[in-house]
Amino acid sequence: MAHAVETGVKHEDHESIKIAGFWIFLVQDVLLFATLFATYVVLRNHYAGGPTPKELFDVPGFVAETFILLTSSFTSGLAALQLNKKSVGGLITWLVITGVLGLAFLGFEINEFTNMVQEGATISTSAFLSAFFTLVGTHGAHVTLGLGWMLGLIIQLARRGITPVTSRKVSVLSLYWHFLDAVWIFIFTVVYLIGVM
Amino acid sequence: MHDDHSEKHPGSTVSYVIGFLLSIVLTIIPLYVVLNHSFSNMILVYVIMIMAVLQFLIQLVFFMHIRESEEPHYNILAIALGIIFVFAIVAGSAWIMTFNSQVQ
Amino acid sequence: MQTQHFFIVGDPLILGADISIILVSAAIIFVLTYFKKWGWLWREWLTTVDHKKIGIMYFISALLMLFRGGVDALLMRLQLMFPNMNLLESEHYNEIFTTHGTIMILFMAMPLIFAMFNIAVPLQIGARDVAYPFLNAVSFWLFFFGALLLNLSFVIGGSPNASWWGYPPLSELTFNPGPGENFYILSIQISGIGSIATGINFLITILKMRAPGMRLMDMPLFTWSVLSSCIVIIAAFPVLTVALFLLFMDRFAGAHFFTMTHGGDPMMYVNLFWMWGHPEVYIVVLPAFGIFSEVVSVFSKKVIFGYTSMVVSLLLISVYAYFTWVHHFFTMGAGADVNTFFSISTMLIAIPTGVKVFNWLLTMYRGRIRMTEPMLWTLGFIVCFVVGGATGVMLSVAPADYQYHNSYFVVAHFHNVLIGGTVFGMFAGMTYWWPKIFGFKLNPTLGKWAFWLWNIGFYVCFMPQYALGFMGMTRRIYTYPDDMGWTPYNVVSTIGAFIMALGFVFQVWQIVYSAKRMDRDVTGDPWDGHTLEWSTTSPAPYYNFAVIPKVEGRDAFWKEKKKRSQPDYKPEKRELKPIHFPKNSGIPFIMGVCFFIAGFGLTFHWVWLGVIGLIGVAATLYARSFQYDTEYVIPVEEIKKTEAALGRDI
Repeated sequence: MAHAVETGVKHEDHESIKIAGFWIFLVQDVLLFATLFATYVVLRNHYAGGPTPKELFDVPGFVAETFILLTSSFTSGLAALQLNKKSVGGLITWLVITGVLGLAFLGFEINEFTNMVQEGATISTSAFLSAFFTLVGTHGAHVTLGLGWMLGLIIQLARRGITPVTSRKVSVLSLYWHFLDAVWIFIFTVVYLIGVM
Repeated sequence: MHDDHSEKHPGSTVSYVIGFLLSIVLTIIPLYVVLNHSFSNMILVYVIMIMAVLQFLIQLVFFMHIRESEEPHYNILAIALGIIFVFAIVAGSAWIMTFNSQVQ
Repeated sequence: MQTQHFFIVGDPLILGADISIILVSAAIIFVLTYFKKWGWLWREWLTTVDHKKIGIMYFISALLMLFRGGVDALLMRLQLMFPNMNLLESEHYNEIFTTHGTIMILFMAMPLIFAMFNIAVPLQIGARDVAYPFLNAVSFWLFFFGALLLNLSFVIGGSPNASWWGYPPLSELTFNPGPGENFYILSIQISGIGSIATGINFLITILKMRAPGMRLMDMPLFTWSVLSSCIVIIAAFPVLTVALFLLFMDRFAGAHFFTMTHGGDPMMYVNLFWMWGHPEVYIVVLPAFGIFSEVVSVFSKKVIFGYTSMVVSLLLISVYAYFTWVHHFFTMGAGADVNTFFSISTMLIAIPTGVKVFNWLLTMYRGRIRMTEPMLWTLGFIVCFVVGGATGVMLSVAPADYQYHNSYFVVAHFHNVLIGGTVFGMFAGMTYWWPKIFGFKLNPTLGKWAFWLWNIGFYVCFMPQYALGFMGMTRRIYTYPDDMGWTPYNVVSTIGAFIMALGFVFQVWQIVYSAKRMDRDVTGDPWDGHTLEWSTTSPAPYYNFAVIPKVEGRDAFWKEKKKRSQPDYKPEKRELKPIHFPKNSGIPFIMGVCFFIAGFGLTFHWVWLGVIGLIGVAATLYARSFQYDTEYVIPVEEIKKTEAALGRDI
């Protein structure tokens, strides 16, 4: 790697350029969620005779989701810290823990959604529910995507160990995971807490 | 690969633990005040929104290590600009669409 | 779905198009097979990650789309030329104005600016490629297959007909059950992902890949304009993605975001659409401002007047652009406070634009002006854009807007800024950078014909439309009775449209003629340029620069040339080093195909096909993630050989 090759950018910079781009990607994703939030805020009282958030939201359920995701954000950070110790085993272990927590979060969310649908509160019931399912569902889809990504990364780490490329990938994934938790904070506040107020 | 410094992941176990604990506290407080109706609804909304923003900032600093990226801090600039646009999207839409509640 | 609904065969116009599409496709396949060019096409173009080739592909696609959108325009003008015309039925007219708008904004203007991004930016900042060459190819193929999907609607399933902004409730399932609106949503969605990726790609390219010594305030103004445009892309496109996604949820999942029942609010779509739609016009016009800045300075033989104010106004516009969107729907009735705020913010955005116009004029003042074709387009732009800007300020006055709204006055206004701004700007860029891309200049005589036909045709076409707007002619009507007094204006307007079409014919002729007859540019610097792209050969070698240039200050290449002309100039010894270079990849193309399959499936509610396509997308993403061997090294020997073949000794 260390041979003197001129590329216009030094080769070590390659990975840092990718991390910089990922920040910009996150900013555009923030705006994507902002638009969904705006829609939710505008439509949140449009019950159209359907159920209200107070009737629908299950406090223990969303509190559990919140703490599970927060913990997984923490463990994904611990996974990234293993990069400094050069410990592939520790890294994979923490990633697996993060992934399991992510799956648990998704399980709770799917359970919540199915319960609502069984009670007759579907995406077609009212504009409020359309906005709710789409906002929370888009977040859930991001989590699902992150889990698929995590799986691919674990396989690559097992095969290749810690290299500049895999460690960049770990950093980017943990950024993404923290970002998903940050979005959830606002879903927790704007959707659930204000909903049950 | 000889240059270990450039690959160092920012942060330490301590910073993650601090961030995690603060986040837990900032989750429990709004939950508590909402479930107990500690204030009127209007004040509650302000309180929990401030808590959310604080927690967001804590995660940016302690989990995402926004201050420790390389110079210049384009990502801080990008996020600042992003927040302005978020404000335009959410507050703008809410303001513009209030006409609906008057019309209906 | 029955076959006769699947393939549109009823209308003779569409039948003719069907047949010509089949014939042209057959001809292309025949030529490629006969000359054994399939391998060449795959290796050199479909799998390329070279920004220059991607730029050329964007450019060709944009010209094809300009042709398609232009034919739509001519059909509309013919239908409106006289009262009670029977050329197009109302339904067909609706489809044509919808595809005209959609194609011109999203599948003509966008790829045209992306062509200029790709062609010029890496060369201007002295980089060997963009920050993410692979992603760049992905962006192109997503645009390409998005455009293909939309154009397919013409012959399969039926075109969208709810106008280019697709307002609900007209675009909802209840009123628009056919696949047309699905084509619209999904094709924009697919190409929109590519646009966001391009925005991120060029933002990081500009921030991180500049040649050593080039500070931000040393960058050429075109690069600055691309930077501002990218900021707006990143800020605005996610909003469009969501707006269309919500409309998609309404149509596919039975949601009630924008429906008339169950608490849906159609005006929320309008709000979201313009939150993207207004910044979008700045996305396509800012790069044009950048091109004019380059052209004015080079052909006046002066440095640009007020560089700093140019940069500041570009950046101001890119942030302001986000705070004016409501002026597109003042008549919604949001209340005096909302309308006042957005009225004033709209007027304010004219100020930085005015600053730029004065800077261009002052750059020309006492300059040694060369009336080349890029310069002509620039001068044509200044006049045209000032007229468009002034009518824009008229429209920004909310109470007056209640009169103008939805009339031909608006149509004339935005064509004034979009043709006068973006299209003229891109033509200036095209003629300016043509020798750099293809290695020969375009024929100036034919170019001047094209310019004057476009320019005169423009005023003949659109000035009467301002009058028509005042006379009460509303947008999107497909015919009108003969006692309205509109006929003479419409006749003149249609004539103008055909003059512009003739201008386009001259441009095609110019390109074909120049390819055969014009001399090769062996200097690499045919215009006596100021910026780094002119320091390399024309066309540039695939690695752009054998040695990365060192930059000191603005107009780096101009300074370098001045230094070289000094008698005591000693050329610096330049040492060649091997270059790390990205490998070509077929994955972006395949990913585009998968997106296309998914989009096509979802358009017809064939969920299984949609799922297959999306699995394909996921598979290509995974395949790429597992690829580690994505670069190769160009040895010094090969660089030497390439440079020698281009007539440069190192």
